[in-house]
Amino acid sequence: MARLIDYEPFVGKSTIEELSLLAGHLRGKVMQHINATAVGGGVAEILNWLVPLFRDLGIDARWDVIKGNEKFFVITKKIHNMLHGRKEELTKEDIEYYEEVGDFNLREMNFAGDFMFIHDPQPLTLVKKKAEMGRKWVWRCHIDSTLAEPSLWNYLAGYVKDYDAAIFSTTAFSKDLPIRQVIISPSIDPLSDKNKELEEAFIDRILERFQIDKNRPIVTQISRFDYQKDPLGVIKVYRLVKKRIDCQLVLAGGGATDDPEGQKILEMVREESRDDPDIHVLLLPPASDKEINALQRASSVVLQKSLREGFGLTVAEALWKERPVVASATGGIPLQVVHNYTGLLSHTIEGTAGFVKQLLQNPEYAKRLGSNGREHIRQNFLVTRHIRDYLLLMLSLEREGDFIYL
Amino acid sequence: MGETKKAQNPFLFYTKLDLVETLGKKAKNLQELLEFLRKAPASSVYYHTHRYLRQHHFLSPEPPNDFAYWVRGMLGDRVLAERLFSMDILDFKNIEELRTALVEIIETHLTANPEYGNRSVPPGYEFHFAKSITFVLPLGFETRTLEEFLKALQRISTHSIYFHMFDSRLRLGRGENDFSLWLKTELEEYGLATKISNLDPYTNTMEGLKQKMCLLIGKELHG
Repeated sequence: MARLIDYEPFVGKSTIEELSLLAGHLRGKVMQHINATAVGGGVAEILNWLVPLFRDLGIDARWDVIKGNEKFFVITKKIHNMLHGRKEELTKEDIEYYEEVGDFNLREMNFAGDFMFIHDPQPLTLVKKKAEMGRKWVWRCHIDSTLAEPSLWNYLAGYVKDYDAAIFSTTAFSKDLPIRQVIISPSIDPLSDKNKELEEAFIDRILERFQIDKNRPIVTQISRFDYQKDPLGVIKVYRLVKKRIDCQLVLAGGGATDDPEGQKILEMVREESRDDPDIHVLLLPPASDKEINALQRASSVVLQKSLREGFGLTVAEALWKERPVVASATGGIPLQVVHNYTGLLSHTIEGTAGFVKQLLQNPEYAKRLGSNGREHIRQNFLVTRHIRDYLLLMLSLEREGDFIYL
Repeated sequence: MGETKKAQNPFLFYTKLDLVETLGKKAKNLQELLEFLRKAPASSVYYHTHRYLRQHHFLSPEPPNDFAYWVRGMLGDRVLAERLFSMDILDFKNIEELRTALVEIIETHLTANPEYGNRSVPPGYEFHFAKSITFVLPLGFETRTLEEFLKALQRISTHSIYFHMFDSRLRLGRGENDFSLWLKTELEEYGLATKISNLDPYTNTMEGLKQKMCLLIGKELHG
């Protein structure tokens, strides 16, 4: 388990000292996180490192998981999809059952936090407890709900407004709400398998295993095989580039097997790339973090040509590895890629191809973007910044004003 | 060299950290941007004119403020973007002066080009208003001589430089950066204070700024 001090080589002594200074004002406080699952999924992944690091800072951080059966999670999956803007049938009975399970958890759980952090819609209704116990309640929304189905959002907002604050990942995801809305971007962990330094020999072995030629340019997109990630558009980009530059394309991702739509897209991608040995379609099993890391590090250019994106942390991962990135200006990507400074933002297939060619032909320029990119991630998207934002939020909940002296 | 000057009141070093809060309001065209800008909290005007510096202070030249970036990148109005980008923030003593200037630039542009007022961006490309909640923390050390001051300056983080150069001048309305103010009033180092005041923190990286200040002070001390 990583400790805060382990991050000092990346962020410097003063950053770690700042975190300790802030935490000193919260010592002895209980910070309780509640979400829907202990394993799997991005939220559990975040809480897995976040909770121990807060403890390392002397804050009593706890993590509890609500209980629910399959019926409940089918309903909350629908809610999740509708927040993403997908059409779903949510019945009155579904809502009743959602609240019933929430009430069951209200009775069963132990609420001990001075600060209660409730993650995503599954445990949202637990805020009913606030009337009885008081304390500070924060709803952490990890979902891009910009296209949320309005009637569903109105229903959820009835609970959200009872919180003291809500956290969104970017200003674009925020809502017109009567409570404070804080922006806390996600982050990457430089010590994780996905981001840590790798030995050259390991990277070479991975390239060999996937029969990728390390001596020719490699253009890569790491993402699930999902319509929103536009893998077919990426192939078109590659073909435009290939006309002028002898390059290879790597499309690597996982998680398609339990998703019928993903399976369909994967088949389409395979069909489209069948006749070209320079297109490598890699369906990676779970726990392939080191392989993904190696593929990113071996890439000449990394793409994230999503049609729609949540925060798009694969971009941060590539930038951290000093890779030049061409990515769509959607979701949280423009926060990570500042056009011409930390990468290139594109809107079309042709534009993306043009930028890829530009980067492949101008390695010095590509290198400069990559090194700016790493610095940008170091300053703004590492776990230590994430921890700092949570600390500042807790401190701000107990204080007034926009200028606070500690 | 003469006797080392010792300040009566020491320089106390602070650092600052920001939490970003969105105001839940967005503008899809210049008219809406202008309306909100007129009444936005000072911490929002500050945030949108300094966020880039905070997040990209390692880059040089610095990218423009949020308003200029949005007007150019999303609204596609290059002339106005250039005007907003080229504002010399050092000319303003406080946020209200800065706000007035921003409003005037947009109003003048709209008077000359009324058709731009309601030209809207597509959904998803709006300007989202946010503000900074700033936490100021004492670093726990102080200096009384120029030598001590130089040593401390070499040690502090860019956040601390940021606080003493930007926040104190514009948000706390001190009219001048803390370093120059102290050098002048406590050590009577008028020349040095002016040289530091004249360093443009908006076109230097924070690290570059720190190095230039150290160089200036080093020269003063050791010739």
